[in-house]
Amino acid sequence: MTHDIYIYIGIMAAVTYVIRVLPLTLIRKQIKNRFLRSFLYYVPYVTLAVMTFPAILETTQSPLAGAAALIIGIIAAWCGAGLFPVSVICCVTVFVLELFL
Amino acid sequence: MKKEFREGMRDGIPIGLGYLAVSFSLGVAARSAGLTAFQGFMASLLNNASAGEYAGFTVIAANASYLEMVLMTLIANARYLLMSCALSQKFAPDASLGHRLLVGYDVTDEIFGITISRPGVLNPYYTYGAILVAAPCWACGTAMGVTAGNLLPLRVVSALSVALFGMFLAVIIPPSRKNRIVAIFVLVSFLASFAAANLPYLSRLSGGTRTIILTVLISAAAAALFPVKDEKEADD
Repeated sequence: MTHDIYIYIGIMAAVTYVIRVLPLTLIRKQIKNRFLRSFLYYVPYVTLAVMTFPAILETTQSPLAGAAALIIGIIAAWCGAGLFPVSVICCVTVFVLELFL
Repeated sequence: MKKEFREGMRDGIPIGLGYLAVSFSLGVAARSAGLTAFQGFMASLLNNASAGEYAGFTVIAANASYLEMVLMTLIANARYLLMSCALSQKFAPDASLGHRLLVGYDVTDEIFGITISRPGVLNPYYTYGAILVAAPCWACGTAMGVTAGNLLPLRVVSALSVALFGMFLAVIIPPSRKNRIVAIFVLVSFLASFAAANLPYLSRLSGGTRTIILTVLISAAAAALFPVKDEKEADD
């Protein structure tokens, strides 16, 4: 049978929204359990790190440009540059390097 | 409130730029799955999920069952469950249901990243500002990808695509500088992720699934070995 694309989209949207909203609405109190609190403390850093590398090497035309963006981005962030500056620095790095690579 | 909203919009700009690039390529995938530009626009507006939508488009392309769509979406987006749990701890305990429902609309890697890294209690207006800039970019980029897959020069798409990663770095590096344990686990995450992407069996899993597995394992290890001591430390 053929499925309706709008029903597919509706299912995707509903499932995704429930995943996001259930913890936000059900967990009202501060979690007391130390392990759980520590776990949640580390989750954002670990997820973002896992998603950044090695994906950054695969997203650019040349892996070398991606690697350069990673290193320069880390240095810029280490020196205290904010979200937007670091992003722009990474983009410019890739754009300039790929003119040559 | 106004200031927070404006700051959110400002921080939403790099996110929106990155979204344009990423959702553009997502639109190309939507097109090959048979979606129209409007359907791609709606899918992105209602989902705000890169890996999740991509997985969904493969389900649509395969004309698979609705149940499969439910399962695929659950797995591909499971990390948002973790993020929302973390975010629930950032809300003031008396934050209204309305704010919780609205923020929940767009818990993405990026919006989550900038929201959680703000000091103190979550201010929903900051998040709304970022969403207002970023979400339309995501939806429009997808629609553009469906209509004109090859409009932008490849080099521009390539450069724009690292905007997201630059932002991730700006979220994870400053705490790594302050806290050596965070730094160590960021490094561990890089290495483990690289290994998982190249090892047999593991590399066959989707990127989203690998992200879930690694996040749970590494964060649990970190929590077991180096539990966070008190409120103050957790807020750092």
